[in-house]
Amino acid sequence: MKNNYSQYRAMMAIARASFRSIMRSPSAVVFTLLFPLIFILVFGFINGGGIRLDVALAGESDLKNPVFDSIASMQGIHLVPGLTKAEINHNLQKGDIDAIINIQKRLADNTISYNVEVTTNMASREKGIIIRSMLEHLVDKANLRAAAMEKPMVVLSSKEIQVREYKTIDFILPGQLGFSLLSSGVFGTAFVFFNLRQTLVIKRFFATPIRKPFIVMGEAISRLVFALLGAAFLILVGYFAFGFTLIHGFATFATMLFLSALGLIVFMGFGFVVSGIAKSESTIPPLANIVTLPQFLLSGTFFGIENFPEWLQPICKVLPLTYLNNAMRLVAFEGAGLSDILVPLAIISAWGIFIYALAVKFFRWE
Amino acid sequence: MNSTPVITVKNLKKSYDKFEAVKGVSFEVYDCEIFGLLGPNGAGKTTTLEIIETLREKSSGEITVAGLNVDQHQNEIKKIIGVQLQAAGYYPSLTLTELIDLFAGLYNANVDPMEMLKQVGLEDKHKAKFKELSGGQKQRFSIATTLINQPKIVFLDEPTTGLDPQARRNLWDLIRKIRDNGTTVVITTHYMDEAEQLCDRVAVMEAGKIIALDAPDALIDQLVSTGFERKKEVKKANLEDVFIQLTGHEWREG
Repeated sequence: MKNNYSQYRAMMAIARASFRSIMRSPSAVVFTLLFPLIFILVFGFINGGGIRLDVALAGESDLKNPVFDSIASMQGIHLVPGLTKAEINHNLQKGDIDAIINIQKRLADNTISYNVEVTTNMASREKGIIIRSMLEHLVDKANLRAAAMEKPMVVLSSKEIQVREYKTIDFILPGQLGFSLLSSGVFGTAFVFFNLRQTLVIKRFFATPIRKPFIVMGEAISRLVFALLGAAFLILVGYFAFGFTLIHGFATFATMLFLSALGLIVFMGFGFVVSGIAKSESTIPPLANIVTLPQFLLSGTFFGIENFPEWLQPICKVLPLTYLNNAMRLVAFEGAGLSDILVPLAIISAWGIFIYALAVKFFRWE
Repeated sequence: MNSTPVITVKNLKKSYDKFEAVKGVSFEVYDCEIFGLLGPNGAGKTTTLEIIETLREKSSGEITVAGLNVDQHQNEIKKIIGVQLQAAGYYPSLTLTELIDLFAGLYNANVDPMEMLKQVGLEDKHKAKFKELSGGQKQRFSIATTLINQPKIVFLDEPTTGLDPQARRNLWDLIRKIRDNGTTVVITTHYMDEAEQLCDRVAVMEAGKIIALDAPDALIDQLVSTGFERKKEVKKANLEDVFIQLTGHEWREG
């Protein structure tokens, strides 16, 4: 008998078939690509474009004066035209506009002077403060000019240092990527192995000479390839469409893919455990949600974990997705190499060892 | 037909917890025959088959397949047998060509998918997905996957259950063709007409034991020699013959 049976060839046959199967499964494509992409699109368009102050002029306001021209040309000030007096007052109360400005011209002793009256609301107090200080600055400047003071006593000079702009997408994309890997790893793996078992596909494989670990590896390879293609796609869309920061270009991209692979392998371990303990197909979603939802909310997918109350922090700091997200952000934005993120890598790997120990215990072939 | 044993089963027992599914069966399957395991549901046919196929552990007994012991040579045995499971699934969204490629990889065999599908009359369906096939087509496809490694022995577990008379008869022709090409076929069924027409020898199983083993004709003759007579005189044709005459022999793809 020929003894040159290649487990590798058999494994790759499974990987290829399984990959085709994933590509034709709408849910896999939707969860790994479409959902994260939608989140990225949504957050990509909410771009932090500085502060915007909506200001209305009171109807009786004087318009032909230098003060008004200066106000209108200030950065961040957005004049809301064409409102009646009642509308203006109503909108200020609702907070739709941030301030009402009324400029009155006065004529006394043959000198023209102006009175600038500003009304803000208590609800948007911060914006009110900004508007008032902007106006104070304008008024002071005008008064100085009027006083013809050539050498001011106090001069303010300010400098702003240039930093890399930290965009919304730089925070959101790594979080979405991490979550995509988590759901693909947990849900995908759990459903696929449960179904392969249930529909006896896997039993038919047992009747061929392939060894069991190679069946699992073949399936895992296909999921890994699929997830990495998805990750590459998300990163590239972020980079080209929304200016996601890849600080060292391709090296950063490659490091992110490496992290994605590590994350996915760990998350697949959770999927194996879920598929092993699920008694029926309908118990998979709740079990998988127990794994994914807390991480979705508490691992810094949408907002940094420092926003959570003290007592939640320890939980956040245990979850593997937290470390994956942090590592991704460090790599992408701060240009960290693998040697700079050894701590998160070690914690993610520790989770991997723990979860695969459980998976081996719970995994069922039939 | 010769009588060189290609499978020998000696005193096979299988228990699940306290339930004894197979209670010591012994038989031989000869080279190039169609061997039937008959019996009602729950008689232990599938369990016996799956133990020979190395898919299940036995509790005790001795089995050799083509001279290979099932305890030591599981993988060598898998290379030379073809297995059709009672309800095996395949990736539902893959086409038949892709599935044949998959099994070619699993058996490390080089086959032309179209050639394999032609053997079971499914060449027109090569682009169809497995889930789009009818019951009979699924069974035929399942048999095609058992032939990929040019096996010495093919195991078919209730291949005709749930099929219409046309599909059944055509499957019989396919099974005979496989035997005529030099492959031993082991088949389970609970249809006696099927066993009578198809099998060279049959073993009748009941409650985990073999209670009769011989050629179908010989078993019938034995019964008749005890003075048994059917209550109703047998006509030269039965209702199924009428049905086939009326509706034709062709495959129905429903």
